[in-house]
Formats: sequence, structure tokens, C-alpha cells
Amino acid sequence: MRYGAEIVALGLAAFGALIAAAMAQDDPFRAHMWILFFLLAGSAGILLRRTSFEPAPPADPSAYMDGPIRYGVIATIFWGVVGMIAGLVIALQLAFPDLDVQPWFNFGRLRPVHTSGVVFAFGGNALIATSLYVVQRTSRARLFGGDLAWFVFWGYQLFIVMAASGYLLGITESREYAEPEWYVDIWLTIVWVAYLVVFLGTIVKRKEPHIYVANWFYLSFIVTIAMLHVVNNLSMPVSIFSSKSYSAFSGVQDALTQWWYGHNAVGFFLTAGFLGMMYYFVPKQANRPIYSYRLSIIHFWALIFLYIWAGPHHLHYTALPDWAQTLGMVFSIMLWMPSWGGMINGLMTLSGAWDKLRTDPIIRMMVMALAFYGMSTFEGPMMSIKTVNSLSHYTDWTIGHVHSGALGWVGMITFGAIYFLVPRLWNRERLYSLRLVNWHFWLATLGIVVYAAVMWVSGIMQGLMWREYDEQGFLVYSFAETVAAMHPYYVMRALGGLLYLSGVLIMAWNVAMTIRGHQRKEVPMGGEAPAFAPAE
Amino acid sequence: MSDKQVDKLGGVETTGHVWDGIRELNNPLPRWWLWTFYATILWAIGYTVLYPAWPLVTHATRGVFGFSSRADLRTSLDDATRAQARYVDAIRSRSLADIEADNELRPFAIAAGAAAFKVNCSQCHGSGAQGGNGYPNLNDDDWLWGGDLSSIYQTISHGIRYEADADTRQSEMPAFRDVLKPDQIKAVASYVVSLSGTPRNPELAVKGKPVFEQNCAACHGPEGRGGRQVGAPNLADAIWLYGPGEEAVERQVESPRHGVMPAWQVRLGDTTVKELTVFVHSLGGGE
Repeated sequence: MRYGAEIVALGLAAFGALIAAAMAQDDPFRAHMWILFFLLAGSAGILLRRTSFEPAPPADPSAYMDGPIRYGVIATIFWGVVGMIAGLVIALQLAFPDLDVQPWFNFGRLRPVHTSGVVFAFGGNALIATSLYVVQRTSRARLFGGDLAWFVFWGYQLFIVMAASGYLLGITESREYAEPEWYVDIWLTIVWVAYLVVFLGTIVKRKEPHIYVANWFYLSFIVTIAMLHVVNNLSMPVSIFSSKSYSAFSGVQDALTQWWYGHNAVGFFLTAGFLGMMYYFVPKQANRPIYSYRLSIIHFWALIFLYIWAGPHHLHYTALPDWAQTLGMVFSIMLWMPSWGGMINGLMTLSGAWDKLRTDPIIRMMVMALAFYGMSTFEGPMMSIKTVNSLSHYTDWTIGHVHSGALGWVGMITFGAIYFLVPRLWNRERLYSLRLVNWHFWLATLGIVVYAAVMWVSGIMQGLMWREYDEQGFLVYSFAETVAAMHPYYVMRALGGLLYLSGVLIMAWNVAMTIRGHQRKEVPMGGEAPAFAPAE
Repeated sequence: MSDKQVDKLGGVETTGHVWDGIRELNNPLPRWWLWTFYATILWAIGYTVLYPAWPLVTHATRGVFGFSSRADLRTSLDDATRAQARYVDAIRSRSLADIEADNELRPFAIAAGAAAFKVNCSQCHGSGAQGGNGYPNLNDDDWLWGGDLSSIYQTISHGIRYEADADTRQSEMPAFRDVLKPDQIKAVASYVVSLSGTPRNPELAVKGKPVFEQNCAACHGPEGRGGRQVGAPNLADAIWLYGPGEEAVERQVESPRHGVMPAWQVRLGDTTVKELTVFVHSLGGGE
């Protein structure tokens, strides 16, 4: 019977959610369990309608398993749009506080929807989908674990929905980028272990003698995120029917654990994971060999060894002991070259293929991704220097830094991978339109440049205003005056975000049309210039 | 499986590994990359020798420079305090009138008061001291409790209707909802508006006059010019604490709001309160 076990499991889980809703100790938990109940019961209902009693056709063990990857690509785009709309809304709320909709859509609740939405929902789906694609091709092996990959996909979507709906209900651990409460954390741990099993199992049964560098990066990302997630979220729930829990850590230990996690979420999720993506899709799209095998080994090990120590630079000039601040800073400086190793290997792989920049907007995106990767991995070590940090810390410069990495590097390399994958996953000859990819490229680039430049100016201005003393030794500005001075920059920042979001919407359209099998008739990129009509 | 090839473009050999068509060139590490990496490592080692860095069993290495961010902060704070000490000591020991008359002390007190105002007062009174609904404007010469130095000093020190301070300024306008009839309230509000402007219904304002004299004049004065002994606002000017117009006045007569200002003497100390006093006095309405 098809879906038999799934339907029973979903039904039991839905029943469990119903009991949890009945026993709930607080209102947000009750609401959250009702949401969970409807999700699980609805899914069980959908599967019931699709069930059949014929034996399932046996899967071809020699073919690659691409179903969860196709779903993953669509989920990536969907959550990307959701997360970026949330980002645009909170950017506008900062500029125009009257846009706060109390209580569910105020800034405080929407911000984690944006950050988790783009990092974990958009970025996470992109990493899961591409890693499962890449590990099969570079291992010449079908995914290990059969339908476990489907569990990973749907389990991860459930995590996203539970996390986001929890934020809107006001359920939060208040740990940046780790806001979901204890029960959602436990669920993510289960899903993540399943992901590790699928990925590692596929590597173990590979038919290639060596493990490709992309898989080293993906594996380091999966393993380290598991460790970070579990340790940072160690906490004691008030009751198993409550949405509230208390962290196992307190005070400065708590802060350091949080930023050990937070910094390595950047390091292993947004850097190592996406370097894995880069190491497969850049050479494939450029059709060139990787520039240096030796560089890939050295920068991989240096990166993962050094990154894990750099977290304390988030706590400069706090109660954190001086020695820990020093180590956080010097490890960040040493991280500069290992980070740039990935940029060099990516860019130099294109040597001999630079002419493709003229005709292939997908290569353009990848180059722009590597350029922003290089820029933000220089900016990061620079901002970790205590003297620089004394100006930049707590200002919007940090927000600008994060976005040049997130929009420039993570976003652009993901878009490149999606444009590479979609025709191949759906067996289409080509994308619906390469010219729309070019539009996406320029809108995204313009959006990032506006965003990052505006945040540099406003962040440095903010830092200077906070620390400005007059000649008699008194602070010149009140906090409210520094907030008022940010207003025009907040408006421009929202404009940058709007440009970036427009590009993603164009991508969604382009991908949808490609999947439906359409091809737009258009002049090829880099082709003949259109003939101008003579002036009359 | 070794399948080494020489790349046509650079003439570099590949490693012989192939994954899904991807090969790897056997290029060496870029020289500048490697040397920069070494340089950052050397710099890091040097820095950790000079500054506190390596955790040991009971404490961490202190570094050759003996740097400590707490000591550093202490030094900066001490330097700042020393630079201001001459003025601050003078303000502490001398009277408000002396400070006001001293051409060196007065500008310093105003700058210090402005800084303290931004941190402690601007939340209610606005960063330009312009006030807002329910919060008095401090730039004008319309004072509820008096605008000379000692009155301002008293107000800032002990607050207004601030229960935790025994010396706080006290007064409470009764709720006339229980005393007057609705049409009387409308009439008296109309009369109050007529003192500084044009009421919507002049006949009603005339009817309000006797009501005012019986119920309000005791505190607000026979001409409505207010009474500073009880902090009763001047009703004969066009400055309104809770908004202009008949409706706003009616609301205030029916069930008055009573603003509260905290006492700052215990929180900020006498010197800062003196500085705030001189600053507020300098804003334009000082008496």
C-alpha cells in the first residue's frame, strides 16, 4: 500500500498535536499546536487521497533520485520570495514605524521571520537541494536511504513553518538566528540527523575513488551545524506542554555560546555550505577545471579550523574577558586568506572562460557572487579588529556587511545554481529566457550596491554620532537624534531591497515558464545588436 | 582511474581526478596568498604575546603590554573627569545665582545640562525641549511652577506628583464630572477658550463665566492667569498642555489628567540638577 506507513505516522502525530493543544500550559503553545495539528492532519488527508493498493513500482537503483531536489528548488524560490518580502516590510517599518501591525506583524516578530526565512528557509533549502544533487553526480551513486530524502525535505519544511508561525505568535528563545523554541529545535535535530545519514550514506557508497571538494564543504556544513544547533539550544522547558524554556547557560557564558553559534551559522551555513555549491556549479557552468586542487585542500582545512574560534569578535567591549576577545579577533584576521582561497579558486577557474561573461548571465551571477564573497570576507576580518569594531559595533554597518554577504554571495551563487539546475532537473532544452536572467542579474546587483553603500554611510554616520563629544567633553547627540538622522538611509535601503526582490520575482517567473516547457523567442545574449532605424 | 591531462590554455597538468566531468588543475598555491596567510599568522602570534590571550588553568596570559579593557576604560573616564573637574567642582560648591553670573561657568553648565537633558529628559520633553501633548514646552515663558532658577531647581530636584519624594510638588485638579452638569462643563470650557481665542459659541462662553468664577478661579485666578503655588496652568494664553479647543478643555474639566515628573536629585545628584537648571533656564523663558 502506497503511503500506508506515512499516513499512520502523520495521523498519530496529528493526534499527539491535538493532545498537546488540549494540555497546553500557555496560549501561544495552544495556538501553535493547533497549527501543527492542521498541518499534519491536512498532510495525512492529502496522502489518503493519493494512496493506492497496488505495489509501488521499484525504484531504479542506478538512476539518480531527483524528486526531492525538484521540490527543493521550488521551495528555495518560494521561501526566498517570502523571506525577502518580510525583509522589505521590516525595512519599511524601520523607515515608517506606523507600518507596525500589532501584535503579529510588528517589527520584533517579523524580523526573525525575515532572517530565518532567508537564511534557513531560502538558503537551507538551496543547500539541501544542491547538496543532494551534487553528491549523487560526484559520487555516481543514488541517494542513500530511499525515501529518507523525502522525509528530510518535508521535515525541513515543517520546521520552517513551525518556526515562522511561532515567531508571529510571539514564541521565541530570543537567541539570534536560533529563535525557535525547544520542541521545534528537537524536530530540526531529527531532520538534520536524517539529512546527515542521506548525505554521508551516499558518499560511503560512492563509485568514485575520491570525494569531491564540494562534498567536503557540504559535509563540514552538515556536521558543524548539527553540533552548533544542539549545543546552543540546550535548554529546559518549563513544561512539556509549554512554549517557554530556559537556556542551560547564563550571563557571559550564554552570550559566548550564542555567538559561537551565531558566527558559525555564518561560517558553516552561509560560507562553507555555499562554497560547496560554488565548487560544483562554477566549473560545470564555465566548463573549466578547478584552478588548484592544492589550494582547495589547504583553504578548506584552514577555513574550518579557524572559523570555529572567531565568534568572540561579536562580543568586543562587553563583559567577555579580554583574552577571549583577543583570540576572537586574531582568529578572524587569520581567517582572511583561507576565505579568499575559495574566491581565488572560483575566479581562477574562469580563466580561459572569461569571454563567457559576455554571453552567459549565469556566469556573470557567479562572478558577482565570488566578488561579493571576497569583499565581505575582507570586510569581516577588518570589522573584527577592535579599533574598527569600536566604531562599527551595534551600527547598521554590521547589517550592511551581512547583506553584502547574504545578497551578494549567498543569493547570487544560489540563483546561478538554480538557473543551472532547472533545465536539467525538468529535462528542458534551455531556460525560458536568458535575457530575463540578465535582468535579474542587473536588478540584484543594483539592489545590493544600493543596500550596502547606504548601510556603510548610515552605519558609519550612526557610529560617529553616538561617540561625538563636544570640546567640553559632553555627548553631542541624543539617541533619538541619531535615529532621526537614519531616516533617509532607511528609505533608500528599502529601495535596494525592492530592487533585489524584483529580480527574484523575475527568476520565479522564468523558472515557472521553464518548468512548464516554454521557450521565449529572443535574440541570443551577446548576439547581433538590434538595427537602429534611421532618424526621420 | 588516473586520467591526467594537460590543460590546453595554461599548459598545467590536471590531478587525474574526474567527477561528473569536473577536473582539477594541479596549480600550486598562489605565492601572494600563501605569504599573506603566513603574515596574518605571524601577526596573530605577535598580538597574542602583547595582549591578554591564552587561557591557562586559573587565569589567562596578561600580555607584554599588560592591557586590560577595564583599566583602559577606567583611565579614559578618569581623564574625562579630570578635564572637567575645575568646572564641576565650582558648580558643586557655588550657588545657582553665582553660576548664572559667571561667564566661564554658565556656558559649561549649559553644555553639561544639555547633555544630561538628552539622556534623561528628552524622552518626554522632546530633544528640542519643545514638549508635547501632556508634556510642557520648556522653551516658552509659560511656567506651571515658576521659571526662575530656584523654582526650576526645585521642580527638577523633587519632581511633580512623584510619590516617592516627600518634597515633590503636589496638586490635583478635581474631576468636575461629579460636580458640574454636562451643560455647565460645556459652558465653562467655552469660556476658557474665549480667554485666549474665539469660542465656537460666544453666547455659551458668557454663560460659562459665572461657573468659572465659582469653581475654577480659586486655583486658576479670577482672570484665569493660573497660580504657580499649585501649578495651575495659565488659561488666558494660547498655550495648551492637553491640546487646544473646546473638546480638549471639556475632557480636562470632566476627568483631568495629572502629569507626573520624577524626582532627579536622588538619581543624578545635585551637580547635574544644577546644570540642568541653568540649561532649562537658558532655553528662552527663564525668569
